[in-house]
Amino acid sequence: MFKDYFKFALDTISHRKMRSWLTMIGIFIGIAAVVALISLGQGFKQAINREFEKIGTDKLIILPKTGVGAPGANAAVELTEEDLDVVKKVSGIENVAGFVFANSKVEFGDNVNFFFIVGLPEGDERDLVAELQSLEIKEGRNLRDNDKSSALLGASVVEKELLGKNLKARDKIKINGNEFTIVGILEKTGDPGWDGSISIPEETLREVFNEPDKLDEIIVKVANVENINIIADKIKTDLRRFRDVKRDEEDFDVQTPEQLLGSFGDIINIVQSVLIGIAFISLIVGGVGIANTMYTAVIERTKEIGIMKSVGAQKKDILLIFVIESGLLGFIGGLIGVVLGFGLSNAVEFIAKNALGTNLIEAYFSYSLFFGALLFSFFIGALFGVMPARQAASLQPVDALRAK
Amino acid sequence: MRKSIIKLENVWKIYRMGNVEVNALQGLTLDVKEGEFLAIMGPSGSGKSTAVNMIGCLDVPTKGKIRLDSYDISKLDESELAQIRGKKIGFIFQQFNLIPTLTALENIMLPMIFQGVSERERINRAAKLLELVGLGDRISHKPTELSGGQQQRVAIARALANNPEVVIADEPTGNLDSKTGANVLSFLQKLHDTENKTIVMVTHDANLAKVAERTEFLKDGRIVKSLNNKIGD
Repeated sequence: MFKDYFKFALDTISHRKMRSWLTMIGIFIGIAAVVALISLGQGFKQAINREFEKIGTDKLIILPKTGVGAPGANAAVELTEEDLDVVKKVSGIENVAGFVFANSKVEFGDNVNFFFIVGLPEGDERDLVAELQSLEIKEGRNLRDNDKSSALLGASVVEKELLGKNLKARDKIKINGNEFTIVGILEKTGDPGWDGSISIPEETLREVFNEPDKLDEIIVKVANVENINIIADKIKTDLRRFRDVKRDEEDFDVQTPEQLLGSFGDIINIVQSVLIGIAFISLIVGGVGIANTMYTAVIERTKEIGIMKSVGAQKKDILLIFVIESGLLGFIGGLIGVVLGFGLSNAVEFIAKNALGTNLIEAYFSYSLFFGALLFSFFIGALFGVMPARQAASLQPVDALRAK
Repeated sequence: MRKSIIKLENVWKIYRMGNVEVNALQGLTLDVKEGEFLAIMGPSGSGKSTAVNMIGCLDVPTKGKIRLDSYDISKLDESELAQIRGKKIGFIFQQFNLIPTLTALENIMLPMIFQGVSERERINRAAKLLELVGLGDRISHKPTELSGGQQQRVAIARALANNPEVVIADEPTGNLDSKTGANVLSFLQKLHDTENKTIVMVTHDANLAKVAERTEFLKDGRIVKSLNNKIGD
């Protein structure tokens, strides 16, 4: 019986191609938008999660409060080596690294550009930074403890020819007027900030930029992940005492990966909800389109309904026939929409990768999203078809037969 | 004495058109016997179609009682009525009333769908019925690809789909030329004679009514004259 009703619906939909297409456009635009947004939103969350996984859950980041968005950019409040010493004394810490950033003019032959310069600390601290940012050497070598005028280039510096072509290890560049030798080039990390930066030894950076004491970021690796929140609190308490600030008036931030992830997640969720909400409005409009089409169909097929009733169709049969037809309109529209939606999100991923060089924007695919969207579009179609279908079902057979 | 299959007792049908009440049937009493070929005649507006709709359970009376077999149809809800209608009654209309998007075979299968007949059985029976009405080679033709006479034959096959006890024909030859009309009529007669179906035919043509065993004349919603064409019974 259901099979027959589906066949009726398909017959009718294909019989009135133009109208069916126009009706379905309303649904597939909405579904495509919703699917693309969910796909990109989930993909973004996944990418962020992955980044955090790379960093690991056993690390804390301490930042001056004004410097969250742009570390080191004219922060009125600064962390110093003294803060680093305070942090080092907190128990339960395995390793601590502080580092300092600068912005500077860099020259290579006739090429001039401005770069973000990172001061890499020495020894274990350098390894900690490398671990945090997943730094790997692609060409040449890493900085060493005795290096003075050595520089390590981010992948994009070479790839995007930010300092002209043919830049390679052992070339000489000038940073803030001082000559440096390139010792190595990093693999791409996927973080545009790092990929576009140049790293030099911390001591050298302090000399060249005359920053004897400032730290832009302190990274802490805890010995035992389970204690991370306790240690974060302890660091806060000690730093508050040392910097003489009151609770909740801290001029610094101690961020656990969880917090960072959480706040990122919240922002993504809000943005995503707003966008999906807007897309839903278009779906509702699509649904109203289906209702309209179905009302027209009921009027047009009044006689057919009368015939069906005269040969034994009950109310529920007519209701089902029309609801299935409108549901199918939604479903087919949804199918096109889902395919378009995933196509769209993949296109955005492609553009993001190739034009923006970020792998944070990626399309997320799951069968539950795929089938969920299909089911939902069938449901929208069926829902908006219920009213017209009820009208059809309640027609009196004699009256319906009399229609032209 | 044959047992009655449909019995109308003092049936009234009153339509309300704005403020005016129209009495389509005014105390119609009629007894249709099992296996009978009954013709209903009357001028237009006499209530023939309303009467035949009542007999076929397509419509319910405003007043009065209708019995179909053992059912009192005024006591049935719409769905039960539809179910009984689909099983016991086959309709043949003046306008053929085939569904244009369905093929000849599918049109014949339609009444069986609503009775829950399996697909295989449906195809089987529909094909046999098409054969019976001489359209075995038109299985996948749409109604628009068939002539008027062919369409009416598909409609007859459809009326027989659920092997009903009663076939109701409302001006079955009204849209056909006289030769094709005569064909359809003789087919109805054959159904009556060989399959022992009860046939109720509405017509305004006295010549057609002659093939029936009995003719009831309707005027102003009630029977004004009865004519027995066959003596005996």
